[in-house]
Amino acid sequence: MDTLDIKRPENIVYRKPALITDNVMHYCPGCSHGTVHKLIAEVIEEMGIQDKTVGISPVGCSVFAYNYIDIDWQEAAHGRAPALATATKRLCPDKYVFTYQGDGDLASIGTAEIIHACSRGENIVVIFINNGIYGMTGGQMAPTTLLGMKTSTTPYGRDAKLNGFPLKITEMLAALDGTAYITRQSVHTAAAARKAKNAIRKGFEYSHLGIGLSFIEIVSTCNSGWKLSPVEANKWMVENMFAKYPLGDIKDTSIAEKK
Amino acid sequence: MAEKILMKGNEAIAVSAIRNGVDGYFGYPITPQSEVMETLMKEKPWETTGMVVLQAESEVSSINMVYGGASCGKKVMTSSSSPGISLMCEGISYIAGSELPCVIVNVMRGGPGLGTIQPSQSDYTQCVKGGGHGDYHCMVLAPASAQDMYDFVDWGFELAFKYRNPVIVLADGIIGQLMEKVELRPVKPRRTEEEILRVAPWATTGKPAGRERNIITSLSLDSTTQENFNKKLLAKYESIKENEVRFSEYMTDDAEYLFVAFGCSSRICEAATDILRQEGIKAGLLRPITLFPFPEKEIARLAGQVKSIMSIELNLGQMVEDVRLAANGRCPVGFYGRQGGIVFTPEEIAGEFKKFNNLK
Amino acid sequence: MAFKGTIEIDWQRCKGCSVCIENCPSKCIRLSKSVNGKGYRYAELANDGCVGCASCAIVCPDSVITVYRVKI
Repeated sequence: MDTLDIKRPENIVYRKPALITDNVMHYCPGCSHGTVHKLIAEVIEEMGIQDKTVGISPVGCSVFAYNYIDIDWQEAAHGRAPALATATKRLCPDKYVFTYQGDGDLASIGTAEIIHACSRGENIVVIFINNGIYGMTGGQMAPTTLLGMKTSTTPYGRDAKLNGFPLKITEMLAALDGTAYITRQSVHTAAAARKAKNAIRKGFEYSHLGIGLSFIEIVSTCNSGWKLSPVEANKWMVENMFAKYPLGDIKDTSIAEKK
Repeated sequence: MAEKILMKGNEAIAVSAIRNGVDGYFGYPITPQSEVMETLMKEKPWETTGMVVLQAESEVSSINMVYGGASCGKKVMTSSSSPGISLMCEGISYIAGSELPCVIVNVMRGGPGLGTIQPSQSDYTQCVKGGGHGDYHCMVLAPASAQDMYDFVDWGFELAFKYRNPVIVLADGIIGQLMEKVELRPVKPRRTEEEILRVAPWATTGKPAGRERNIITSLSLDSTTQENFNKKLLAKYESIKENEVRFSEYMTDDAEYLFVAFGCSSRICEAATDILRQEGIKAGLLRPITLFPFPEKEIARLAGQVKSIMSIELNLGQMVEDVRLAANGRCPVGFYGRQGGIVFTPEEIAGEFKKFNNLK
Repeated sequence: MAFKGTIEIDWQRCKGCSVCIENCPSKCIRLSKSVNGKGYRYAELANDGCVGCASCAIVCPDSVITVYRVKI
């Protein structure tokens, strides 16, 4: 069969989601942000909730998330997205409300906001991009930076005595009674991205059940900050990040209750 | 006849919020204003009007909850006292930069630092000139009674939505704790979803097919865009200065000397004016009710009429700078103030007034 | 049942990150020799081995790949 015969609209099995805008993403080549944006757009599209969804973007590389997913957005101050989301969901309980935050935003400057949103059991979804570095400001150490990892503020590698230890905030949040679903995913392969999408969908569905906060960590790459090619960065992530931040569900209250 | 109830200024804020259809209150305990949230929690408005009341983990969080709620076009507010307002300044700057309406009550206490829990007016500069980073202004209303506390909540939201701008009700520990008769105005229901779409078409209410997505942000990396936005804000502030100045005057018609004082100080100056008048000295009082916009034109006019002006404040001299700018050399401008939570008496002010003016 | 597929790449928007190439089980994507308007070598179909599995498109951060698939 000729290629031209295959390229017909009825044969399309995958295309850019309708809710991803035509704006060219400012992210570096191979950045995980674009893939995660796409998964969120697909979930919102498939659930048919574009008119009921409010996204809250952080400060960091994904500050411009509002340029890429065609929904209403609030752009929060650094680390404060869970506070905005709390008010939005409580004042508009019929809306689906999610925050999109990086590791510097969520696990450093915004620890108080995320811990208390989790503790209160806010019925929101939190998408947490963990690439172990500050991307936007030029590759400084993040709370999740691995020991020995070189960044512009740990030029000789992160040293526990000097810089403290990597923060496994996701496990910490799982200990809080207000969280319903806590999972850690990645998007470096098609299979991983499919799993991550299912997790995001579950989070959105849970947020309307009134059972608490859903938290989806996506272990990601920052190839510019890590100073690797996108493909090498994915390999480095699998070999190093996954050892400290293993993938899989950490907590699923809904399943626990069914048992 | 309208119902009158004896209540504290702080309680009046809470009762007014419920009766004026406020959608949400987000706060954090701090003396001397904790009665605001305590009253709301006791009244349980979520069971009657549907108003959301939430105790946040910090003032940083409560102002950002206000930011989120205001982004949805809701009538949302918070209250705090001086150290808490300092923590909120980041959020207030974002709210001003995103052009969102909200009401923030500051029941001032003495500072700097942890300071005292007694009344003060030492956040004038912080609240009137900015506080947070960047070129912005909040509208600042200065209540002088529990009734003002009640009335300024509704007035504050009216201004906040008219100009899409944060409004600060700048009270102090005296006004917050003082028990006075408060007349309850007619109840205003909360806005319906349809009304919110009409008054706040910019809000993040969920993007239906056929409208552009609404984005609440204060970010523009492009310098020209940012400068144009700053100019837009300037035009808004000029319009506010033109249309929203409010002040009251006491015995200024034939005044030869003028007091300028706001909030609780204006009430004490009124008594000082009476003392001086009894002694045959023609004193008068101008009380700015709005601190931004400041009644600069009226002060300029009076500066041409009187022999001198004294700014009386519970701080080291903050508003006096604006009084001097307004008087612009037309007459001498002096200052008297107390700090640390100590409140002057009318006799004390009358005495200082005579010293300043070389009168017996 | 077997499938035959092909992909269409919005090459002007492609940033040449090569994550699609790494994820293609049929090894049928490569980087172009020429560059696009942004100066990137972009992804292009290398041979006719595509089965339309969409792995490339799913991991593409810039959503530049459309996937077609037919049963044969």
